[in-house]
Amino acid sequence: MKRVYFDHNATTPVHPEVLDALLPYLKDAWGNPSSIHWAGRDPRKAIDGAREQVAQFLGCSPVEIVFTSSGSESDNFAIKGTALAKRSRGNHIITTQVEHPAVLNTCRYLEKEGFRVTYLGVDQSGTIDLEELEEAITDETILMTMMYANNETGVIFPVEEIGRIARQRGITFHTDAVQAAGKLPLDVTKLNCDLLSISGHKIYAPKGVGALYIRRGVRVVPLIHGGHHERNRRAGTENVAGIVGLGKACEIAMRDMDTEVAHIRSLRDRLEKGLMEKIPHVRLNGHPEKRIPNTTNLGFDFVEGESLLLNLDMLGIAASSGSACTSGSLEPSHVLVAMGIPPELSHGSVRFSLGRFNTEEDVDYLLENMPPIVERMRSMSPLWNEAEKKGMFMALEEK
Amino acid sequence: MPAHLFCLKAMKNRRVIVAMSGGVDSSVAAILLKRAGHEVIGISMQLWDYSEKEDLSATRGSCCSLEDIWDARRVAETIGIPFYVLNMEKVFSKEVVDYFVKSYLTGETPNPCVKCNSEIKFNILLRKAFELGAEYVATGHYARIVKDASGRYHLLSGVDRTKDQSYFLFSLTQNTMAHVLFPLGELTKTEVRKIAKEAGLKVSEKGESQEICFVEDGNYRNLLAERAGTREGRIVDTSGTLLGHHTGLFGYTIGQRRGLNIKDGKGPYYVVSMDTERNELIVGRKEELLSCGLYARELNWIKEPPAAPLTVEARIRYRHSPVDAIVTPRTDGGAVVRFLSPQGAVTPGQAVVFYRDEEVLGGGWIERAIRESDEKDAEELCNQDPRVQGKPVRFHSP
Repeated sequence: MKRVYFDHNATTPVHPEVLDALLPYLKDAWGNPSSIHWAGRDPRKAIDGAREQVAQFLGCSPVEIVFTSSGSESDNFAIKGTALAKRSRGNHIITTQVEHPAVLNTCRYLEKEGFRVTYLGVDQSGTIDLEELEEAITDETILMTMMYANNETGVIFPVEEIGRIARQRGITFHTDAVQAAGKLPLDVTKLNCDLLSISGHKIYAPKGVGALYIRRGVRVVPLIHGGHHERNRRAGTENVAGIVGLGKACEIAMRDMDTEVAHIRSLRDRLEKGLMEKIPHVRLNGHPEKRIPNTTNLGFDFVEGESLLLNLDMLGIAASSGSACTSGSLEPSHVLVAMGIPPELSHGSVRFSLGRFNTEEDVDYLLENMPPIVERMRSMSPLWNEAEKKGMFMALEEK
Repeated sequence: MPAHLFCLKAMKNRRVIVAMSGGVDSSVAAILLKRAGHEVIGISMQLWDYSEKEDLSATRGSCCSLEDIWDARRVAETIGIPFYVLNMEKVFSKEVVDYFVKSYLTGETPNPCVKCNSEIKFNILLRKAFELGAEYVATGHYARIVKDASGRYHLLSGVDRTKDQSYFLFSLTQNTMAHVLFPLGELTKTEVRKIAKEAGLKVSEKGESQEICFVEDGNYRNLLAERAGTREGRIVDTSGTLLGHHTGLFGYTIGQRRGLNIKDGKGPYYVVSMDTERNELIVGRKEELLSCGLYARELNWIKEPPAAPLTVEARIRYRHSPVDAIVTPRTDGGAVVRFLSPQGAVTPGQAVVFYRDEEVLGGGWIERAIRESDEKDAEELCNQDPRVQGKPVRFHSP
């Protein structure tokens, strides 16, 4: 069976160059990088090199990079670590309703621990209102955490401006840049952020490695205590191969960004346009321009997204209904709900996220196979037949 | 080749959804269908919301726990079929849990498994199957569906009578049965376990699932107390004499003897009925439990609905040895069922299922018992020999 992968926001394949770079650290250079003897030297050198690669990618100094196990750990570290570090200064945190669960659930946890959290809403295009943000700030506000690009819709937040506001008010600003990495320029100075999370496996490095940028002088209480690894900020013997992979992936992302973004954007647009032409009553969720170039989130009226995904899977097409972390849950996507999309419509939404190894044939395979599935499923939907009769679509489209 | 496999082979290469609970029965159902050459897709339904619990591993022993979904996935991986988990919490909560609670609150004893079959497995899941391009839903029930020459489907009890689950399936309709497969109907549990073992399944020794899958440790009272609160009330005998106090009606079932805490020294007493309006638990002597019949509602006939009173073997609860009875259909879709010998503990809310030998003719929900002690009912029904009333008709075997 043909296999087509359109779920790069969930994870990406390991780039062959990344694999080549990291394999020696599983085979030959297996030493502990903290050891003073010969066995530790190569792994130590490799980690230092990787740290430089990541620092270059983010436009910061290597000492400002802490390696972690994942994007989720980076988010937890940034948010809990700041909350604990600044507890005496205040107890208010501002975030948004559309963050990744790694941020949202960390904030909910902190609420139980006595912090107050403001969850800013978004408009129909999925973006926040900066005036509302400014109004939410109080003297107690110690942290703002807002994502750079949304994992479900790809919508980009105005991080630079958010960062500027935070800096003016002396509030620590963290951004989850897991989905932006490799797709948008990541210059921490321009972005005005104090903390920034990235994840390896979203940028063609392996799973199990991430990084947190911590601006020099910003204090973050560690999550994991133990040895003196990562300059006392994150204990645990380093995942050397993973770190080397992440470094290499950052180098490749920087090197290939311009060409890859153009390639992926043209495929994404072809996919999006094709589906909208071939299938009636398809809506784009999220801002059409202000979004990362690889993502399209489409609503298919009167079809259940879950069944649609299983049908696609049976044809070898991988897509998703939102974040992989919430799959298996029929709760309407919290992102689409926050955008004001009614649950019955958000249920029929599917996210296609493309990557550098996708081809035109992949897109054509989808364009050929998906319309008949939607048509068949709609023909079985009593709601669809009723709506067609009553001309309900007109009403929906006017909304 | 065993007959059941031959039957399955006769219809080749169909796409079949198997409802997999993680237990040995549904696992073997999937194996048999795969061996018969079908395109099998395993589905586990997540029916109960575990997300509120801090530690997910704490939930176990129910037929839809996360641990069971894990088992089902491992089985699907072992036998090499695609597997998906469908989240059906909302519809399960509405169709089964709400029904369960409501039933108790009206003084009945619900049968959630029947409801889960008719509303979830053979309704929502079947629709899902169609959406996925499948023609059949298969389960690990011990029961058989047979199609006769005229194209009508018949529901028969499983060959393994000790495991027969046809009682829970009386609400199947002809339309549904055309799309349902029971691959285990011709097998015994021993044979099923053997197949599982030979296929190298770790679940081959797994125990039977609990009766009420969505309550932990079988303690449904906590759920009811949470949903409805408890209301203490009086325990009285059939003539209204106060004997004690109860801790909330839903803590009791018809026929229950233990835990009544009546200390008048004249026991034993048994729960005979419940009066939800007055919040009273009515107890009586063992003979007061006996009923000579019952009223049933919402009948479903798998055979042609009878136009006249019909002699059947009636089962008033799972594992009840059937009693000869006469069913007189009412115009409101219910029926009067008269037993040829009195039966104990007729329980409103449970199903009454009509058999002729191994065939399920139909069934309904028990509305209330007709007691020998109830003078009016007795006069109408019990003191007359039911056999001389109306003329019983007989079905001819297919």
